[in-house]
Amino acid sequence: MTEVINAKFAPGDKVRIASANPPGHRRVPVYARGREGIIERICGAFPNPEELAYGFDGLPKRPLYRVRIRQIDIWPGYRGSDKDVLELEIYEHWLEKA
Amino acid sequence: MTLDPHDRTYSHDHDHPHDHNHSHDPIEVTQGAGESEIMVHAITELLIAKGVISGEDIRKTLEFMDSRTPALGAKVVARAWTDPQFKQRLLADGTAAVAEMGITMGEAKLIVVENSKEVHNVIVCTLCSCYPRTVLGLPPDWYKSRNYRSRVVAEPRAVLKEFGTEIPDSVVLRTHDSNADMRYLVLPERPAGTESWSQEQLAAIVTRDCMVGVALPKAGMQ
Repeated sequence: MTEVINAKFAPGDKVRIASANPPGHRRVPVYARGREGIIERICGAFPNPEELAYGFDGLPKRPLYRVRIRQIDIWPGYRGSDKDVLELEIYEHWLEKA
Repeated sequence: MTLDPHDRTYSHDHDHPHDHNHSHDPIEVTQGAGESEIMVHAITELLIAKGVISGEDIRKTLEFMDSRTPALGAKVVARAWTDPQFKQRLLADGTAAVAEMGITMGEAKLIVVENSKEVHNVIVCTLCSCYPRTVLGLPPDWYKSRNYRSRVVAEPRAVLKEFGTEIPDSVVLRTHDSNADMRYLVLPERPAGTESWSQEQLAAIVTRDCMVGVALPKAGMQ
């Protein structure tokens, strides 16, 4: 990736996904809201889909991360290994330090 | 592009001679266009009328999408199995590595996740049906179903079992929700007994489902 991304978080950082429930087009699945995980990688910077959805240009681009969450931290009574994980993409403005 | 209901009916009376000598039921469209089809036509007409896109743009896009099939992904996997340096590049930057093979990704970026003795990966899009179309073509219906999308994030092992794929608890299961700008391709583990195989032979056992992570390639399939 050639573009310089001013990212607040680095791989391995512990983060919490906001438990907010704002109206509008959001690409944060409800099951992930309020969960804690670690930054798996920085994906790059992308136009904000919450703006793009309504015809705006989505600029400035927002850093996008992959967040790794333990399955047992998402689903009570999860069946499988305690080490099983779920990984998904979260924009920086949905993340805070955990 | 018009949407005239009269254009959709091809039935006619059969009291006249045909230029072929067998009888058959009249070819007719019994159902009118569904609501989504009407909407698609209406939006298409508007976009063309307003000069946003042209009919040629739509045709080209359809032609492009039809050229993408799981055979492309299988070629990528087979090369990764036989070329360790390519595999390294593929895992580091999927988009750039598949571009080497002439596969362009478009706006979304490609992340390749590797299965091993310790980890199994499976892909889903819980929010809609994001899918690595540029390397696998169109997604199967089950991938877009509410059942798969809602369950594979919460009980992936049970869902995989329904596909005939049992992952032992000693193997970590990673479920990837492609909920934003990345697209995912699973790099399956190369099956034992394929050591002497050519890339073409290898590609033949890498099915679509293996690259979504709901199946495992098997040497016996060759």
